[in-house]
Amino acid sequence: MSTKTLRIENLHVSVEGKPILRGVNLTINQGETHALMGPNGSGKSTLSYALMGHPNYEITDGTAYLGDVNLLELEADERAKAGLFLAFQYPTSIPGVTMANFLRHAVTNVRMPDRKEGEDLISMRDFRKELKQKMDELGMDGDFARRYLNEGFSGGEKKRAEVLQLAMLQPAFAILDETDSGLDIDAVRVVSEGVNRVAKAQGTGVLVITHYQRILNYIQPQFVHILYGGRIVENGGPELVTTLEREGYDWIRAKYPQEARVEDELEASASAVV
Amino acid sequence: MSTAVASSHAIASLEFGEFLNSVPNEPAWLTEKRRAAFESFAATPWPTSRDEEWRRTDIRAFRLNAFDLVHSPAAATLEDLDEIAPARDALASAYGTGIVQIGGQTTQPADLIKLGKATLTDFRTFAESNPEILEKYLFGTVGTSEDALAALHAAMFRGGIVLYVPKGVKVADPLYALSAMTARQRIDTSHTLIVLEDGAEATLVHDLVSTASGESATPGLHLGAVEIVVGKDANLKYVRIQNWDDQTWHFSRERATVDAGGSIQWTIGGLGSRLSKVNQETALAGPKASAQVNGVMFTTGKQHLAYFTRQDHQAENTTSDLLYKGGLTGKSRTVWKGMIRVEPGAQKTDAYQKNDSLILTQSARADSIPGLEIEANDVRCTHGATAGPVDPEMVFYAEARGIPAETAKRLIVEGFFANVYDRISVEPVRESLRLAVAKKLSLG
Ligand SMILES: Nc1ncnc2c1ncn2[C@@H]1O[C@H](COP(=O)(O)OP(=O)(O)OP(=O)(O)O)[C@@H](O)[C@H]1O
Ligand SMILES: [Mg+2]
Repeated sequence: MSTKTLRIENLHVSVEGKPILRGVNLTINQGETHALMGPNGSGKSTLSYALMGHPNYEITDGTAYLGDVNLLELEADERAKAGLFLAFQYPTSIPGVTMANFLRHAVTNVRMPDRKEGEDLISMRDFRKELKQKMDELGMDGDFARRYLNEGFSGGEKKRAEVLQLAMLQPAFAILDETDSGLDIDAVRVVSEGVNRVAKAQGTGVLVITHYQRILNYIQPQFVHILYGGRIVENGGPELVTTLEREGYDWIRAKYPQEARVEDELEASASAVV
Repeated sequence: MSTAVASSHAIASLEFGEFLNSVPNEPAWLTEKRRAAFESFAATPWPTSRDEEWRRTDIRAFRLNAFDLVHSPAAATLEDLDEIAPARDALASAYGTGIVQIGGQTTQPADLIKLGKATLTDFRTFAESNPEILEKYLFGTVGTSEDALAALHAAMFRGGIVLYVPKGVKVADPLYALSAMTARQRIDTSHTLIVLEDGAEATLVHDLVSTASGESATPGLHLGAVEIVVGKDANLKYVRIQNWDDQTWHFSRERATVDAGGSIQWTIGGLGSRLSKVNQETALAGPKASAQVNGVMFTTGKQHLAYFTRQDHQAENTTSDLLYKGGLTGKSRTVWKGMIRVEPGAQKTDAYQKNDSLILTQSARADSIPGLEIEANDVRCTHGATAGPVDPEMVFYAEARGIPAETAKRLIVEGFFANVYDRISVEPVRESLRLAVAKKLSLG
């Protein structure tokens, strides 16, 4: 299987008429690990939602291709079938739908993208076996399979459950939106190992969105990007993370005054909404 | 006052005489009851939109004279039996034993050996074998004069099902009853009577199924009543799944009384029918009696389902917990009007009612009207209602995992009902209900 590229060019995204992303460029090859950092509200989650196809995120300009597939023309489920995965910063719960039932539908649809609605799901026996194995690897109690999706899960349990879904869906590209937040120190390691296992087996291209170095000690990025004022302003290697940990974002602010103004405006309008 | 009587109301007393001839060998007391009810029917005006319970439920298109209630229906044919075979087989494979009826007439009796000391039989057989018990309970619980339809049922009901569990008898395996209509048998006026004497226990799943379908089906009518008597420390689980075709009118008055220490778990499914008007009432008549009442409705097309529930607390330390959930598509409409009534002596009542509706299309509509009437001072009564569309964030989350929006919505709606299913601890019973709803969901 040839390796694919996730290519984002000049992406502009608005939410409720408000421009958030103003020309994002980012290229990720399968097998690579990238980290995306940036202050609160800089648009990291907006980028993930827009790529995944959330209807509230309007693409006003630019392109996003996964291999030669134009992601922006696809419904969210088709993007998942094309090989894109997003581990949400704030996973939604779905009362009454068990994690096992949900995942069986998800896995069936992703692995058999041409299947017609109403045709058989993947075999229950094989699915259960695979699920059990993946849950064991992530240190998840088997009971979670019978629990309603994310309903009453603790913050850390939700994040673990997102990575379980990643492990089951084996995507070509995975975006992890602050998967480390809410995880205890041991859990960060376990979950990171889970991500690395999938990435190694599938050659998954990984984009880790985070504020902290900790997870990047386990999922080691070759490329680090800083999103600021709706644009990626810095591209570098792991040394960028060390700089940010040490110095924060002040130097970015000073270096990119125009983007700093955008950040300030966004912050002002966000607080005006609240 | 004959002017207030709509044309559909007209059943002449001559015809009633003919009806009595069609139910020969009934005990004299029953004939008397029928006569009294018929007089009440003749004297009661037909419901109109001015009556509170019919304000939102329009039955002007209902033509009583389209249905022959007077003469005995034709016996079930092989065709009828073939049509209902799948529904019967589904029940028979999941449950110990049960009774099958078409249009209120038994086509397959329950297995006496499997029943043991309990009785699950048809009306006529029970009238012959246990006349005193029948006389004691029949129309002792459900009213015969609330409105013209209640009176008409009492006067002219035909056949039905009796479950009788004597004192202290515990029926281990859940039982089933199938009340069917077919393409030819379009009338069911049967009566359901369930009596659990003190300390008795039983579980009954009751499917109301029609095999007629589509626009070509002629109008159908179910004019029924359910009476439930739960004795002291007795324990009944009753699930009644209404799944008539969408040409059928469904009118049903249902009431249970629960004596001291007794409990009922009573679940109704509202899936089928063109229009339903159901009164589901539970009286907690003795101290520490308890009731859990569940409703699951899923409506499509132009269906109209109306439910009037009562939780009557008549004694102290009684509890009731009602949860009605509806999913609506198309231009369908549901009405739920609930009433918790606490009588003066019923201190330490704990009563709850909740109605949640998931409105899946723009033109569907759910009316939810909770009510409380409390005449005791040391009680806890709460109610709540919610209505809204499927949460788009849930749909997006599922889509992001590769599940198409339509499938996602179906899963979410199924999940919406899950907390009702979770309350039903008997596995095959829970599955019967879940599957009936899931089937309708996949069609709707
Ligand atoms: N649905 C929305 N409605 C209004 N504003 C929104 C919405 N979603 C995002 N925004 C705004 O877009 C900006 C970017 O938000 P986003 O969630 O992408 O930031 P982030 O970089 O992920 O921040 P964090 O590090 O806190 O997760 C913020 O100003 C936010 O208030
Ligand atoms: Mg974010």
